[in-house]
Amino acid sequence: MAEPVAGVRAYGLIAAMWVRSTMTYRFSFAMTLLSNFTATGFDFVVILLMFGQVDGLGGFSFAEVAFLYGTTGTAFGLADLVLGQVQRLGRRVRDGTLDTLLVRPVPVLAQVAADRFALRRVGRVIQGLIVLVWSLVLLDVEWTPLKAALVPVMVIGGWLIFSAVMVMGAAFQFWAQDGSEVANAFTYGGNTLLQYPPVIFAQDLVRGVVYVVPLAFVNWVPALYVLGREAPAGLPGWAAFASPLVAAVFWVVAGLAWRVGMRSYRSTGS
Amino acid sequence: MRLYAAVAAGGFRRYATYRVATAAGVFTNTVFGFILAYTYMALWDERPGLGGYDMSEALTYVWIGQALLATCGLMGGGFEDELMERIKTGDIAVDLYRPADLQAWWLSVALGRSAFQLLGRGVVPMAVGALAFDLALPGHPSTWAAFLLSVALGVVVSFAVWFLVALSAFWLMDGAGAVQVAWLAGTFFSGMLLPLTVFPGALGEVARLLPWASLLQVPADVFLEKRTGWALLEAYAFQAGWAVVLLAAGRALQAVATRRVVVQGG
Repeated sequence: MAEPVAGVRAYGLIAAMWVRSTMTYRFSFAMTLLSNFTATGFDFVVILLMFGQVDGLGGFSFAEVAFLYGTTGTAFGLADLVLGQVQRLGRRVRDGTLDTLLVRPVPVLAQVAADRFALRRVGRVIQGLIVLVWSLVLLDVEWTPLKAALVPVMVIGGWLIFSAVMVMGAAFQFWAQDGSEVANAFTYGGNTLLQYPPVIFAQDLVRGVVYVVPLAFVNWVPALYVLGREAPAGLPGWAAFASPLVAAVFWVVAGLAWRVGMRSYRSTGS
Repeated sequence: MRLYAAVAAGGFRRYATYRVATAAGVFTNTVFGFILAYTYMALWDERPGLGGYDMSEALTYVWIGQALLATCGLMGGGFEDELMERIKTGDIAVDLYRPADLQAWWLSVALGRSAFQLLGRGVVPMAVGALAFDLALPGHPSTWAAFLLSVALGVVVSFAVWFLVALSAFWLMDGAGAVQVAWLAGTFFSGMLLPLTVFPGALGEVARLLPWASLLQVPADVFLEKRTGWALLEAYAFQAGWAVVLLAAGRALQAVATRRVVVQGG
């Protein structure tokens, strides 16, 4: 049990170091934060442009789509902030700098994740939160204590699920060093998918996202419960509360993938 | 001329070497193609004929976008990082000594890269899209040739923009900010997120006149046979016009930069 604690501690120290280094150039940081915020806002601008033309998408109102956008956007933003750097692992394997990390007495995952910690990525979190709060103001929902509690659970569960997917994507790069784009299909692609209501997609695709790669538990399954709609792909009603469980399963698989990846690592040598 | 042909061939071969990266890119483009296609279906279901496209034309637009994403350098020309690094480290001095023109050299690299990206990353997503959805493929065989010419012009415009961005490193040293702005503009104003014909009012009119329209919107309209006869020539003139203006601007900036360049280092 000592290893995870040491890992989190080391992560905090390395990340704090990078934050200090970033803050040396305050103006540059402000610029990159602003452009990060704008860049992530573009896919929401698309939704606004769409709703300039129509009143609903697949029977979902603007407030409902904004709620889906806000929940997945915030969850993905948090995962991207904390673990987004792991996708650089392939580069480290290729140029041999991963070896340096192996000789340090700190868990490798913590080092890879905290390396070049980019505080500007908080722009995505802020942007997601703004849309989420806006949607909560607009939504016409019969709130119950259970539904209200489900919103933060959804964001944290989604954060954990996206984080686990990122670790799996990094582990994949032990074998395919140039394969970082494959992980993007699930992380960025998943985030885009979950911004829209499941009814507009082919039902085979929805079943895949529910039963095969259960990204649907980031927001679709719990959010549809909050919105008072039927669960996707014939799931029972209680599935709305299963996100933390699904996140735990994701992390077990991610942990195994990471271990197998580390064991099979062969240095490129010099 | 033979020199630049050799450089272009080198650019092609260089990208052809990274097979895993190409396969990963194709996978991601295809996944995004599916996601976008369904959102467009929902939109065109509610508003048939939006932006002058019917459903199958809108879906075709999605897959053309995925096919041209890498080819036309919508989110990065693939060379600007390297060029900026050379400017930052001072290696650019060596390049300027070479008996080759800087702009023509990098244009050749970009053309070779794009030719590979069109074959390696464009064909497969387009084929998958055509199998999975009912796409509006060209009725006349000549449209394919017209489309390829439009894509080639789009590649030149894209190069000219990214070359300008890269040269900003002569003044800014760290061009990350300029790259981000160009990336934002490229994603939004190329029509990658939503066809420019769907943009409302003045925003749409301005967006359709900016150089980024040459990268995706114009080639897509040529493919969909929205531009034929005189309108096709107009489309080419629009793209070629931007190519000439931006290449000339790059040339002028290059001249200023090389006159005042101070090479880093001891």
